[in-house]
Amino acid sequence: MPATQTILTDDLREAIRAHFPKYPTRRAVVLPALHLVEERLGCVPPPAVVEIAGLLDLHPAEVQDVLSFYGFFKQDKPRGRVRVWVCRSLSCACRGGEDLLEYLCERLAVRPGETTEDGAVSLEFAECLGACDLAPAMLAGDELIGNLTREKIDAFVAGLRRGPGSPESAE
Amino acid sequence: MREPVAEFEPVLLANVGKENSHTLAAYEAAGGYRALKQALREKTPGDILNLVRASNLRGRGGAGFPTGLKWSFLPEGHPGPIYLCVNADESEPGTFCNRVLMEDDPHQVLEGTILSSYATRASVAYIYLRYEYTKSLRRLERAIAECRAAGYLGRNILGSAFSLEITIHRGAGAYICGEETGLIESLEGRRAWPRIKPPFPAVEGLFRKPTVVNNVETLACVAHIVARGADWFKSMGTPADPHNPRDPGSYGPKLYEVSGHVNRPGVYEAPLGLPCRELIDGFAGGVWKGRKAKAVVPGGLSTGLLRGDELDTKLDFDGPICAGCLGLGTAGTIVLDESYPIIDFLYNSCRFFAHESCGQCTPCREGTQWALELVSRIKAGRGRLRDLDLLAEIGATIGIIPGTTICGLADGAAWPIKTAINKFRDELEETIKRTNPTGYGQVEPPPALTDRPACIAANR
Ligand SMILES: Cc1cc2nc3c(=O)[nH]c(=O)nc-3n(C[C@H](O)[C@H](O)[C@H](O)COP(=O)(O)O)c2cc1C
Ligand code: SF4
Ligand code: FES
Repeated sequence: MPATQTILTDDLREAIRAHFPKYPTRRAVVLPALHLVEERLGCVPPPAVVEIAGLLDLHPAEVQDVLSFYGFFKQDKPRGRVRVWVCRSLSCACRGGEDLLEYLCERLAVRPGETTEDGAVSLEFAECLGACDLAPAMLAGDELIGNLTREKIDAFVAGLRRGPGSPESAE
Repeated sequence: MREPVAEFEPVLLANVGKENSHTLAAYEAAGGYRALKQALREKTPGDILNLVRASNLRGRGGAGFPTGLKWSFLPEGHPGPIYLCVNADESEPGTFCNRVLMEDDPHQVLEGTILSSYATRASVAYIYLRYEYTKSLRRLERAIAECRAAGYLGRNILGSAFSLEITIHRGAGAYICGEETGLIESLEGRRAWPRIKPPFPAVEGLFRKPTVVNNVETLACVAHIVARGADWFKSMGTPADPHNPRDPGSYGPKLYEVSGHVNRPGVYEAPLGLPCRELIDGFAGGVWKGRKAKAVVPGGLSTGLLRGDELDTKLDFDGPICAGCLGLGTAGTIVLDESYPIIDFLYNSCRFFAHESCGQCTPCREGTQWALELVSRIKAGRGRLRDLDLLAEIGATIGIIPGTTICGLADGAAWPIKTAINKFRDELEETIKRTNPTGYGQVEPPPALTDRPACIAANR
């Protein structure tokens, strides 16, 4: 291992390599690798793309190509500690989902795609979350919050103020 | 309230809602994995394939393609590997039954996957799971570990010559990854651009090897067909048309999702062919607030709209087609009440498909965007009656059916437009006239929504 500064820690490299036996090609590990980096660093900055490509025997442009296809991976700066998606598709929208997205924007003082100043939350809109039975629905980290109301949004925002990190996951 | 389909005992949802239904112990206590044990002891892969073919099981993922027929396209005597992809990308608006199965009864999905892998001689199965299904992920991971420990997965399953590994592969928030060749490309680590077919995946699929892609619910059905037989499966549903030898009919139990303006949104199980009205009034407790249904999406957003007076439509593979919709799709029903503006439906639908088009085919990429702009203009009070004709033209020209695109996303974008205009033209015209009283009759190319004179000045 050269002594030069690297973005991917040894741990992270190990976690990426652990996916190799599951697939007949290294290329198939692009998406798992992007997810691992995104989870640990909160974004996938361009130097990380180069390092992932090195691990997977790909040209960096090939990794960048995949990354940019999905609107999922941020590159400029880390997202907030919790990533929140509010659904805007039909089953949610027809039960007030878009107004609730707007309300959450106001409460957090951000627009969809932005991160709050304290780095607590990144807010995004989502297309159908597959939870239309619970419409309007939002996903906060691992936690699905259904039958969303202004009160539930207030409680969610209050929970953020109380403690850092993601809200407890509902299992 | 009427008791819906009284004599029918749920099969796919039998364990859902019971305590610890996601555990191996609960699944085995309810008779789970007996079919697998028996099949590995007594049946060849060919036997299972014939059984599934005899059941006339049709895919639950949207296209309704006969599963046994799809499997029979795999090359015979192939040295392998053969792959099975479990399509768990479930992203069609209005659809969530795969989520319920994976969260509350993951072993049912796994038993179906293991049996289907045995039948197709697949040695590796990839579950392509949409990223947002975090609880499904936890439940599936746990269930796979339990299976491994119990000898249902891994090398020489239950002492047989059959070996199988199952790997979960997480998506990254793109609807197009549910299209089977988009799924394959995504799994291979490329952008999820659907492939031109043929070659079909059965011949050249994942990693250029023979591949079967099946939906989660389809695979769950396979487990029950092996356990109970093809005759049991064919004892329910809408029989094939005896005058049409190519009609496979609509057999078996089906999960119906209901959402939107109903009292009890949820997933319900009934034999294929449930009338739409029965689903809404019987299972879902009727339209909310005592209102009437203006329009109903019968099978996921792509399938278009039924009018409120078309609710006798049977939700089997043919019913929605006879009512002018794209098909049964995912049986994800979205109910819109009498107060909901059709222009809002159009806007929501056009925005979805413009956002999710993968951009590979020009008619889809440009058509979905253009449709969104036309509908946005109408919503902004600048619509013209002529815009409805333009929208209809887009609806008629994008998709596999008119032959202009690679995959069915464009057909799914077209059908909501076509059905909204065919079935609700009066309301849409009224909306345009009311919101643009001075300009609705214009036929000249209108100025863009941006400030046109300023743009022209800036370009000089
Ligand atoms: C744009 C698009 C999205 C799709 N999304 C899904 C999906 O999320 N899940 C699914 O099972 N099938 C989806 N399909 C259908 C698949 O292409 C394929 O037909 C299906 O997975 C086959 O499985 P089945 O035969 O068991 O239904 C989609 C198709 C298209 C055109
Ligand atoms: S039809 Fe649309 S989504 Fe499908 S391949 Fe073409 S551009 Fe992509
Ligand atoms: S439309 Fe919002 S979860 Fe399906």
